[in-house]
Amino acid sequence: MNIHGIRAIYRFEMARTFRTLMQSIASPVLSTSLYFIVFGAAIGSRMGDIDGTSYGAFIIPGLIMLSLLGESISNASFGIYMPKWAGTIYELLSAPVSWIEVVIGYVGAAASKSVMLGLLILITARFFVDYEILHPLWMFGFLVLTSVTFSLFGFIIGLWADDFQKLQVIPLMVITPLTFLGGAFYSINMLPPFWQKVTLFNPVVYLISGFRWSFTGRADVHIAVSAGMTLGFLLICLAIVWWIFRSGWKLRA
Amino acid sequence: MAAIPSLASHPAETPAAIVSIRGVGKTYKGGFEALKQINLDIRRGEILALLGPNGAGKTTLISIICGIVNASTGTITADGHDIVRDYRAARAAIGLVPQELHTDAFESVLSTLRFSRGLFGKPPHPAHLENILRELSLWDKRNNKIMTLSGGMKRRVMIAKALAHEPKVLFLDEPSAGVDVELRHDMWQMVRRLRESGTTIILTTHYIEEAEEMADRIGVINKGELILVEDKHTLMRKLGKKQLTLSLQQTMREIPPGLAGLQLELSTDGATLVYTFDTQSEETGIASLLRRLGEHGIDFKDLQSSESSLEEIFVSLVHKPKGDRA
Repeated sequence: MNIHGIRAIYRFEMARTFRTLMQSIASPVLSTSLYFIVFGAAIGSRMGDIDGTSYGAFIIPGLIMLSLLGESISNASFGIYMPKWAGTIYELLSAPVSWIEVVIGYVGAAASKSVMLGLLILITARFFVDYEILHPLWMFGFLVLTSVTFSLFGFIIGLWADDFQKLQVIPLMVITPLTFLGGAFYSINMLPPFWQKVTLFNPVVYLISGFRWSFTGRADVHIAVSAGMTLGFLLICLAIVWWIFRSGWKLRA
Repeated sequence: MAAIPSLASHPAETPAAIVSIRGVGKTYKGGFEALKQINLDIRRGEILALLGPNGAGKTTLISIICGIVNASTGTITADGHDIVRDYRAARAAIGLVPQELHTDAFESVLSTLRFSRGLFGKPPHPAHLENILRELSLWDKRNNKIMTLSGGMKRRVMIAKALAHEPKVLFLDEPSAGVDVELRHDMWQMVRRLRESGTTIILTTHYIEEAEEMADRIGVINKGELILVEDKHTLMRKLGKKQLTLSLQQTMREIPPGLAGLQLELSTDGATLVYTFDTQSEETGIASLLRRLGEHGIDFKDLQSSESSLEEIFVSLVHKPKGDRA
């Protein structure tokens, strides 16, 4: 195992994060705060409780997931796309590092940043609404698992993309709608029966449901299903990255 | 051309080879054959210059050795390790300075060197990095962001990055591209010092002067084929031509019939005679020529000799039909 190689990539990526604090941390925290002000404090105060939880507290897991998914994908995809774009990828390709070491370095850094962001949003939420976390370990576990899985997904997007538009299209056109329709702002039990069934095809439902369960103890789908679906997606992403590095697709001529 | 250089095909690896290339070919998806069955042994501790026109396949060959491009056929070992099966050990022995200036614009010089060293699996070694930076006159710029440096400085940074993990083999792909004369000479000195410290250096270049100045051996690639690889001095001796130019006392209309059969050319103004002879011949015939000129009453007021440069040899090689080389 090339531990020095992993450390070099991880440090390089974290340094990039801290160079762009406004973009990578301040911006998502600000936008999430605006959600709390509008949906939590302003509109939320006029809405009834959902499953015994105030609306402001109910949307916290969904809002964290909204930022977490977007930022995980964005961080990891930019992390590997930029060397491709700038041409510095030559160094990575000619270095004695295996695909898994590259993944640990890049995805580990992107996921670390996402976890930091998620915790920061959680702290920010405290300024706007009262909430409690029934299962803090599960909450942290889901935070880490989701960050890693979607950073891995973002890493694949970064490997696949050959222009900046492709880099943005999946997060904007797929992930954001799926998150909004995945129960970030409502319980899927509030939907008509037909749409409840349709919604179950949305993988983000399982993430938000599981994460919300760690806060309130209530979930739209069983916690084991949520964890299993997320783990399954992680394994699929890992297999795809392995194949890309093995075949050299989009990497080696 | 009288002499024939040895062809660059070696069926068995030579013991002193640090990089051994066997039957390496590369055909891109579109069907373009960039390399055709390259066989080459790069000797430990030498400076090998790969010459070739644009698109000849020099960069493709280097990229394959370094792991950036997959070969279609053949095998390569670096420092005794197969570059595919035992890629960790093989790549750890290699440093690459690519042709294009690919740098992390927002990183500082020192941090990008630390990154390179770590990426190649080496523990931190601040003293080594300081030595490299001082050697390349970059120490004062160590905390500067790379984007603030000039093109020449960026080229040095790329060399420093390639040296950060103490490679045994250094590939320099067009190191002098876009570099001013002073920096080019500094770089040549640095390359010589690296060779003295035991590093094997392979450079591709368009500057024939660079190869002539630095290389121990010359390899010529054209249209994906390694036309020849030869000791520089041997190559120049084998393929070089010498010319003796005589400035005549009196102009001539034509070369006298008695001097026919000699490699003589008369200038259009009739004031200069040029005698071409083979550098490998035991008997160049200069003494005989001068005697026979005297016999024909041809006096000269000045004479000078010249020999072909590597550039002329290179141009003649890449423009020569394939059958004429072998």
